[in-house]
Amino acid sequence: MSAAIVAQHVRRTSLAQRYPGILMGSLGVLAVVLSFYSLSVGATDVSMTDVFNAVIGNTGDQAAQIVVQFQLPRVLLAWLVGIALGVSGAVMQGVIRNPLAAPDVVGVTKGAGFAGMLLLLAIPGMPVVAVVPAAFAGGLAAAALVYLLAYRRGATPVRIALVGIAVSAAFEAGIRFLLVRNPLDVSAALIWLTGSLFGRSMSSVLEILPWVLVLVPLIVVWSRRLDVLGLGDDLAAGLGEPVERTRRLLLLFAVALAAAAVAVSGTIGFVGLIAPHMARRVFGGKHVASIPAAALFGVLLMIFADMLGRGLAPPLEIPAGLVTAVVGGPYFLYLLVKTGK
Amino acid sequence: MRLQAQGVQLAYDQRVIARDLTLTIPDGKVSVLIGPNGSGKSTALRALARLLPPQQGSVILDGKSIQETPTKEVARLLAILPQVLVTPESISVEDLVWFGRHPHRASLKVPSAADKEAVEWAMEVTSTAELRHQHVDQLSGGQRQRVWIALCLAQGTDLILLDEPTTYLDVAYQLEVLDLLHQLNQEQGKTVAMVLHDFNMAAEYADHVFVMRSGSLVTQGTPEDVFTCDIIRDVFGVESKVVPHPVSGKPMCIPLRAGLRTQLAVAAG
Repeated sequence: MSAAIVAQHVRRTSLAQRYPGILMGSLGVLAVVLSFYSLSVGATDVSMTDVFNAVIGNTGDQAAQIVVQFQLPRVLLAWLVGIALGVSGAVMQGVIRNPLAAPDVVGVTKGAGFAGMLLLLAIPGMPVVAVVPAAFAGGLAAAALVYLLAYRRGATPVRIALVGIAVSAAFEAGIRFLLVRNPLDVSAALIWLTGSLFGRSMSSVLEILPWVLVLVPLIVVWSRRLDVLGLGDDLAAGLGEPVERTRRLLLLFAVALAAAAVAVSGTIGFVGLIAPHMARRVFGGKHVASIPAAALFGVLLMIFADMLGRGLAPPLEIPAGLVTAVVGGPYFLYLLVKTGK
Repeated sequence: MRLQAQGVQLAYDQRVIARDLTLTIPDGKVSVLIGPNGSGKSTALRALARLLPPQQGSVILDGKSIQETPTKEVARLLAILPQVLVTPESISVEDLVWFGRHPHRASLKVPSAADKEAVEWAMEVTSTAELRHQHVDQLSGGQRQRVWIALCLAQGTDLILLDEPTTYLDVAYQLEVLDLLHQLNQEQGKTVAMVLHDFNMAAEYADHVFVMRSGSLVTQGTPEDVFTCDIIRDVFGVESKVVPHPVSGKPMCIPLRAGLRTQLAVAAG
């Protein structure tokens, strides 16, 4: 009997942590299946046969053309934005050692949104490609501001979260102000800002693709460095890691990914917070597993949110950002309470 | 001698902790830095490990300035166990020990046979191999400290620095950790340099003792040399009686309460 108690008491690494490949593969398959299904959901009636036809290149009839022209870019974008936000959040949580860190919590999302909007309104007809650098600068500035305001001999997790909320609110106010001041030019900006995948075309996909293709593999390659940073500054330096340099570079990558996501899909909240959390819960703290897992959870959340927004009340479109906020808000509060204790 | 500080001035921002500090860690020995709180012993250890760049002077490792040696190269020559340790959430013993191989592995490289061997050896010597699949946060204080030491050993360095490795541990675990370090020195020839709080533990385990007070080295030598009533009074501000340990014969400092101090003074006339 006592042996049974001991066996129960001694917690060992979970199956998912020892065989991450199998579970990760299943998640990937689930995401692909869900993507195919989501191609058929929406205002127009498209059957799975049409989807199949479209995907194999048989784009003869109208339904298949709808799939290729309208649905496919959205689903691809859901993948890329989900990956970007999930990985960005995972890196921030790892580097700042803060379970509440995420692109939207530390102000990056709204900062990027504000800067992007400023550019769109200042120079009408600006292509979205140019929004990415502006969003990047805005996101970086917001993150720096939050860190400076939260810093008092180190910055505690809850402090960063609270200051982040305040700074985000200020940028949100700035965005509203721009909208009110420029009522005639806002339509493009508004579409961009709602945090939706509605009406995005293949060009949006191509705008975010290089960022994801370059930065995500780089971060995965650096995953052990992220693990080492988690051991504390002194031990990490003792293990030969140039702590400050690595930290700054990784944060830069994370802000860039989040800014690229904001530039193509507007401000979609909470994906960058929740996806890394789910990933760590299931796959443990090693970043070589939890970073790809955060990407996959991000994809699942985005596809789910976009599909729900399209399918709940067609032809009405509920922005994906609204869906993620409804799901993510309570989850964030739960984390805040848990971390604050 | 492989590791030494030459006239270093150490400071956190504007606050100068130590001025013109010179000390040499003896090779193949167990040395202990001791002193009251704020005497700069941990600061000195951090400088010796390249964690704190000196404002003046330099720390020399194998004949080269440690600040001018890349951090990765230093990590292959010298291991440091800081006082405050952050245990990553739900990590197994084996995974934690593997971090010791970080300075030897490129980002994408698969672990080599040498890496595996070093990790197995480190767990073997510290008797943590049977704990390998357990979570670190589930272990006892002594077991956990042995795992951290295993991480340092996996680095494969001959020099090991430890900042108060026994603080916050029950006395049984303190002995467990210090016995392990003693054994590593005796059997593996490791050079061990550590900061300790307790002078009796230091006397029992050290070959060489550095006594520090307000940022400077007061004296150094064998425990017999440095643990005298006068030095204990000067440095710690405590009246004590120093007697040989009944079993080991090492000096033992017994602090005296007020009543006994007067009694002692009267007896001395």
